[in-house]
Amino acid sequence: MLFVQNVPFFCIMLCMISGIASAMMPHRLSKWWTVGLCALVAALNAWLLSYLLVSGESYTYMMGHFPAPWGNELRAGILEALLAVCFSVIMLMSVLGGMKKMEQDADPAKFNLIFVMLDLVLACMMAMLYTNDLFTAYVFIEILTIAACSLIITRQIGRTLVAAMRYVIMSLLGSGLLLMAISITYNITGHLLMENIQTSLSALHQTGQYGLPLTVIIGLFFVALGIKSALFPFHTWLPDSYGYATPTGAAVLSSIVSKAYVFLLIKILYRVIGLQIVVENQALNLLFLFGIVGMIMGSLSAIKAPELRRMIAFSSVAQIGYIYAGMGLGTNAGFVAAIYHMIMHSFAKSSLFISASGLYDASGNSKRFSDLRGAGFRYPAAGVSFCVSAMSLVGIPVFGGFVSKLYLSEAAMQRGGVHMWTMLIVLALSTLLNVFYFMKTIITLYRPAREGFIPPPFEKSKLSTCSMWVFAILNLLVGLLAQPIVTAIARGLNMFA
Amino acid sequence: MLTLFTEHLEETVAMLLFGIGFTTLLLERNLIKKVIGLNIMDTAIYLFLTATGYIEGRIAPIMVDGITSSSYYINPIPSGLVLTGIVVGVSFTALSLALIVRLYRRYHTLDLDQITLLMKGEHQ
Repeated sequence: MLFVQNVPFFCIMLCMISGIASAMMPHRLSKWWTVGLCALVAALNAWLLSYLLVSGESYTYMMGHFPAPWGNELRAGILEALLAVCFSVIMLMSVLGGMKKMEQDADPAKFNLIFVMLDLVLACMMAMLYTNDLFTAYVFIEILTIAACSLIITRQIGRTLVAAMRYVIMSLLGSGLLLMAISITYNITGHLLMENIQTSLSALHQTGQYGLPLTVIIGLFFVALGIKSALFPFHTWLPDSYGYATPTGAAVLSSIVSKAYVFLLIKILYRVIGLQIVVENQALNLLFLFGIVGMIMGSLSAIKAPELRRMIAFSSVAQIGYIYAGMGLGTNAGFVAAIYHMIMHSFAKSSLFISASGLYDASGNSKRFSDLRGAGFRYPAAGVSFCVSAMSLVGIPVFGGFVSKLYLSEAAMQRGGVHMWTMLIVLALSTLLNVFYFMKTIITLYRPAREGFIPPPFEKSKLSTCSMWVFAILNLLVGLLAQPIVTAIARGLNMFA
Repeated sequence: MLTLFTEHLEETVAMLLFGIGFTTLLLERNLIKKVIGLNIMDTAIYLFLTATGYIEGRIAPIMVDGITSSSYYINPIPSGLVLTGIVVGVSFTALSLALIVRLYRRYHTLDLDQITLLMKGEHQ
């Protein structure tokens, strides 16, 4: 075994240990420790990714000394490593970009505890990406929920407390269903490792036994992970928690945490149940329907949103809808498009949240759209990074959003039938709605300030400014490097099967 | 049909309890009752899992008289899963209770709808 193959295990353990150690560190140290940790994890995963791209084969990694049917396993392939790199880079930039805000928002005596939570979030992300065991995934989902909830209440105002409460309740409903799904899966297969489950499920499927429990399992997984990733009808907890949390918290939650659940669902569909069985089961149509409705309703709510950050939060609902609609097509091409959209959206959304907080600063923390006029001139970095990511989400050519919409429609064309027409019409409609609210904001940002409005002086944090520029560049790169990324995703998905 | 339920009494009870807990967690407005619902729901899953692992007439896999044959013991894995599940459930109960204390100190009520109304009235 090569040394590089230890990377998934190292990343998880390193993050867990750092999380524990951060609780005892002085505040300054814990801050820079987390920054260094994110950078290190990103570098390690990039190393693993380059190794996997060359070797072209995924591998499983035995945890402890128990072999396959009983022990715990990690599994690494191109897709997992690619997402791990993206997520840790986003985490790094979000922490740097929101550092100053965090210092203002948090209780100074408990400042280092934020970094405990951030380290734990990273640990859970890595574990959920790399694990090959359903129950391990469940445990890390729970840890992730606790850490995410603590990130929401970092800024202690009434709204975040209520939002955190709603988040906990919805998450618990989701985890109850998920645990039930895992229990029933264990009940009919007797395994917890993904490969073993798939072997016994396909054997059961061929004999036609346990048809009903299988449908129940698929439904439970959909609803459970749908609730957790804020799929349309289950998104009620989302606007307040993204809209009022500290910028780093909002960026991390919207761009990374919700994507981890989506990725887990993809993994379950491919590696636990088997795409063939899911497609035959017709249950994917439900996902497609929810996604389609979410694409429209999310955008409509975003247009109605009274302030910028709530608007960005609602646009997440629409973008999650795109991802689920892509998955709902039930073809490989659909999944590739969905995963590319996932990556694109992660970069764009975190950048939007970080730059929005800069724009608020430049307008005297006013929540009104009219006060944001001219904020793009007052804080150029925030303005540029906001524009780049907004245009990416709208789908202007060159940017990532254009590529993902192209792939989504191509996948829909391949699928044909009702799916194709629904997808194409809703894509066009939703893009129009996106243009409406994002372009409105961009124009607002570059209009002369409202008469009589004198923006109070504000201090630009160098760290935030730098990270905004980096975010703008990263968003451009996601669009420019679309071809290699999509190829890597397709290769990674092939490894899944 | 009825025999199916009586033969699988534990599973039937577990599903009923799960339903009760789930609806309580979802629909109850009082936050403390929501937490109770959460605990009922979790317990239902523990019952379901334990019933999965239990095999009639066998004993817990603790070796005292040197019998190593696996046909003598129950399946210990679900019990292990239940233990993990309990830890998760306890931490979530603690987290939600801590949040509820915060909310109660701020709004002096446990009704989530009322809290939402009060919150919207606040200037922030």
